[in-house]
Amino acid sequence: MPLSAQSQADDDQYVLKASMDNARNLSNILKAIAFKDHSIFTATPNGLRVTVEDSKCLQANAFIQAEIFQEFTIKEDLVAFQINLTVLLDCLNIFGGSSVPGVLTALRMCYRGYGYPLTLFLEEGGVVTVCKINTQEPEEPIDFDFCSTNVTNKVILLSESLKEAFSELDLTSEVLQITMSPNQPHFRLSTFGNSGNAHYDYPKDSDMMEVFQCTETQTNRYKMSLLKPSTKALALSCKVSVRMDGRGFLSLQYLVRNDEGQICFVEFYCCPDEEVEEE
Amino acid sequence: MKFRGKIVDVACLNHFTRVITTISKLTKTCVLRLTPDNLFFILSGKVTNGGVSMWCQLSQANFFDEYQMDGVSAEDNEICLEVSPENLSRALKTVHNAKTVKPTLSSSSRVVTHDVPVDIVPRRLWHELKEPSMPDFDVSIFLPPLKMMKNVVDRMKNLSNFLVMEANLSGEMNLKIETDLVSVTTHFKELGNPSWGDHASQDSGPSRSRDPEVMAQARVDIRKLQQFLVGQQVNPSKAMCNVVHERIVHLILLHEDVSLQYFIPAVA
Repeated sequence: MPLSAQSQADDDQYVLKASMDNARNLSNILKAIAFKDHSIFTATPNGLRVTVEDSKCLQANAFIQAEIFQEFTIKEDLVAFQINLTVLLDCLNIFGGSSVPGVLTALRMCYRGYGYPLTLFLEEGGVVTVCKINTQEPEEPIDFDFCSTNVTNKVILLSESLKEAFSELDLTSEVLQITMSPNQPHFRLSTFGNSGNAHYDYPKDSDMMEVFQCTETQTNRYKMSLLKPSTKALALSCKVSVRMDGRGFLSLQYLVRNDEGQICFVEFYCCPDEEVEEE
Repeated sequence: MKFRGKIVDVACLNHFTRVITTISKLTKTCVLRLTPDNLFFILSGKVTNGGVSMWCQLSQANFFDEYQMDGVSAEDNEICLEVSPENLSRALKTVHNAKTVKPTLSSSSRVVTHDVPVDIVPRRLWHELKEPSMPDFDVSIFLPPLKMMKNVVDRMKNLSNFLVMEANLSGEMNLKIETDLVSVTTHFKELGNPSWGDHASQDSGPSRSRDPEVMAQARVDIRKLQQFLVGQQVNPSKAMCNVVHERIVHLILLHEDVSLQYFIPAVA
């Protein structure tokens, strides 16, 4: 493979090496969380986690398991760095963002450790591009302390049911209100915008509803500006799980299938907006 | 001074339109120079256009079914006009449905008329419009597929304002950008180097004795290169680049009946 442009000696110095025959399997999922430049890469023997945060109230994570890569070698238990995600995506798409059938861009990512840039080797049609992207000291991703034992309400929906609603969301509404309840309306999205209030209802016995586990009635509002970026992840996904815990924290988990049919996950955590309306 | 030409063949009209459209993407105004055998679209490098210059030559016989001109005088049988290629392009596109196109300098025909405003370039300025001589280049190389080059340059433009183009006589070309955040280098190989036959550069020896691995490079404004690549509507039969180390990038596209040269000056 033409990407072995490095000497054996260089190879041994990398704490992280990862290769993919199809760079789109990484770039597509990263696009789903690229609403900020600033991202934290965390690699473990299980794979790669990329985190983007917004105003300490929202966190988006993309998980790409080690098995998705053709090669994934890590010399430490944890390798982490901060990197500009917009720049990384421009590099991953250096040969053009659109997909031409049958034309793949191969990728090899290498990282030597603290203080070193992330090096990418990309190859398409015999042409090789080498990118070196500066990294910084990583900040610790926020721990939203969201665990399944505290989940009060959970639904799993087919993404197509939510895509229409999310693409039509009234952006003049400052909040997106989510109601989950064992009783009607079961699962409701609401907006309060300049043109009036809008409600999208998903009954528990709908074809689109795969799992419905709601134990108590909860209504919470979340800043529209924080949740709107999740529309990209929704567009890529086939299923989404929506969970609320006792504090009103929201977890959205998206199941994404890549070009080869392998599964990756994207999740969003969001704090409720301070002004919570009492029902 | 008079000029009258007629294009009947639809394929010729389409080809002519594509050439004008390509030019319109490269510059807002240029000089149209008409001679008995050729049309030239000329842009002389000035500070106001970032120093780029352009020379496009069309053999009139390959486009026009009828072509009559009376130049400024018998000795100077040429006409030089300052035109906006975009106006020409638009006019040509709207006469697409008309079966023939007759560009004329003077009055109307009965079919479709477009009066495209032009300025006459006075004879005393004609010396600025000579065909640029081939620069004494350090390296001459065939360009990679323009589509791939355009894709790469488009992405590089997101990352940097300047790009370094380097090439050697072993058919290798690199496009490089470097900023505080990132460095990106794209390596093109096995491009081939044109042999210019009895051109001055070859005779005088520098390229004969030049180490084929050594790169000649020039740092250019990425938007100028991008502008050139965006404009290409037709696959040229030959696409080449001459690099004068740290001075100029000279791009040449040859089709059967059209040649286009574009000069991008290097910046520090």
